[in-house]
Amino acid sequence: MAGGNASDRGHGVAVSLRDVDRVFDGGVAALDGVSFEVAPSEFVAVLGPSGCGKSTLLRLIAGLDRPQGGAVERTPAAGQIACVFQDAHLLPWRRVLANVALPLELAGVPLAERERRARAAVERVGLADAADRYPAQLSGGMRMRVSLARALVTRPELLLLDEPFAALDELTRHRLDEDLHALWRRDRMTVVFVTHSVSEAAFLGRRAVVLTRRPARVASTVTLDLPAEREGTLRSDPAFFAAVRDLRARLEDAEASP
Amino acid sequence: MIRALRLAAPPVLAFVALNLVWEAATWAFEVPLYLLPPPSRIAAALFEHAGTLLRATAVTCRAAVAGFAFSALLGVAAGVLIASARWIERAVYPFTVFLQTVPLVAIAPLLVVWLGFGTRPVAVAAFIVSVFPVIVNTVTGMRSTDPALLDLFRLYRASSGARLFKLRLPSALPSIFAGLRVAAGLAVIGAVVGEFVASYAGDDAGIGMLALTYSRESHTDRLFAVVGLASSLGLALFGAVSLASHLTLRRWHASEQDR
Repeated sequence: MAGGNASDRGHGVAVSLRDVDRVFDGGVAALDGVSFEVAPSEFVAVLGPSGCGKSTLLRLIAGLDRPQGGAVERTPAAGQIACVFQDAHLLPWRRVLANVALPLELAGVPLAERERRARAAVERVGLADAADRYPAQLSGGMRMRVSLARALVTRPELLLLDEPFAALDELTRHRLDEDLHALWRRDRMTVVFVTHSVSEAAFLGRRAVVLTRRPARVASTVTLDLPAEREGTLRSDPAFFAAVRDLRARLEDAEASP
Repeated sequence: MIRALRLAAPPVLAFVALNLVWEAATWAFEVPLYLLPPPSRIAAALFEHAGTLLRATAVTCRAAVAGFAFSALLGVAAGVLIASARWIERAVYPFTVFLQTVPLVAIAPLLVVWLGFGTRPVAVAAFIVSVFPVIVNTVTGMRSTDPALLDLFRLYRASSGARLFKLRLPSALPSIFAGLRVAAGLAVIGAVVGEFVASYAGDDAGIGMLALTYSRESHTDRLFAVVGLASSLGLALFGAVSLASHLTLRRWHASEQDR
């Protein structure tokens, strides 16, 4: 399966959730007995209806929140996790390069090195020309790329994405999905990608975890039998249509279930 | 250039028109000079006593700027402290509201008792009047930090110092500048009112003191000149803060960007 440097990421389990419950202070249950595992270097898409508690799930995996019941375990240490949120959430007073360098700066990496690594990350997401601009001078898609570069700059072992491209137009979103997949094929970090888009989940995931409405439970888990190379042409492939159909049926079942 | 002219023309024309009407009205209705002098008399008084008036303005300016500087420093510091923990907020916030509600005229004599006459009590008066908006706006700004960015800083295990100086304080800057702008005008008002009570007539009399003197002597034209200078001073300080705000925020904040 995973080639290249996948082996030096270790084997076994990168993230494991067992019977995770999360109830908010108001008594609203977000997660109800959620269990699934993510293997190292795996790309897992978590698919669920809007507002079903997917973001809560990511916060738990990131260690930003604690469950009331069950256990969340992850192999990557705290400093080796990166997050991309629904919006870019950049520091508006910093230029692109300084935004991307932020995680390194907070980790105490010396200036020259973090500048070099930030520049490399900015180039990897195709924004070399915009490195000296401010976020206000960028389009929505470019801002998301900066956000992605900021997440990648630490070379994280675990990358968590929370509907990162949901606010973008469809073409931009497709391009970013393709680029994200290419970046993953290169770096082979473990990815948990949360989305409410069936086609996005099918396009990106090796495996998809389908959640029910709130409180979220795992309705089903499915391995997507699609080519490893996910390029734009895949979107017009019959196998892709079949995968989308299958996922949509599963999501509809999950929404219908009480 | 043409654009600047077009922007400046309406207020300038309005100002000239108002003065012309005023001038004409005072002559036409033979309004006594001690009640409402015409603008020409006020302008004449301004030039005739330019030395005294400008010296007084400089004295008031110094006290107002000193009070404003303390407001900026202590106000931001207090705001940061209040926003940092709920218990500090509960302990301190009610008393900062007291600063806002205490009548300055009532507290100024107390300042004289403690600090004597002169610039010091006047500067403190300017401080008392102008610090509250700085505190409130700093607290509001600190509170409005993007929660996702706070999460991000936590994820990267940022120190509390980094969180303050690299995230919360810069996030609060637009709010802080809004508070400072209000404070700039208030500091001048506080200084002038402070001078009513705490400054003495003489070479280092501020414009507040001059206003009292001219009022007693029924030099209404000079009194108007003083009023004009006092509001010009407030405007100048406001303008300086606005400029600083523009230079700091223009690259990244919507409030300072041309659209």
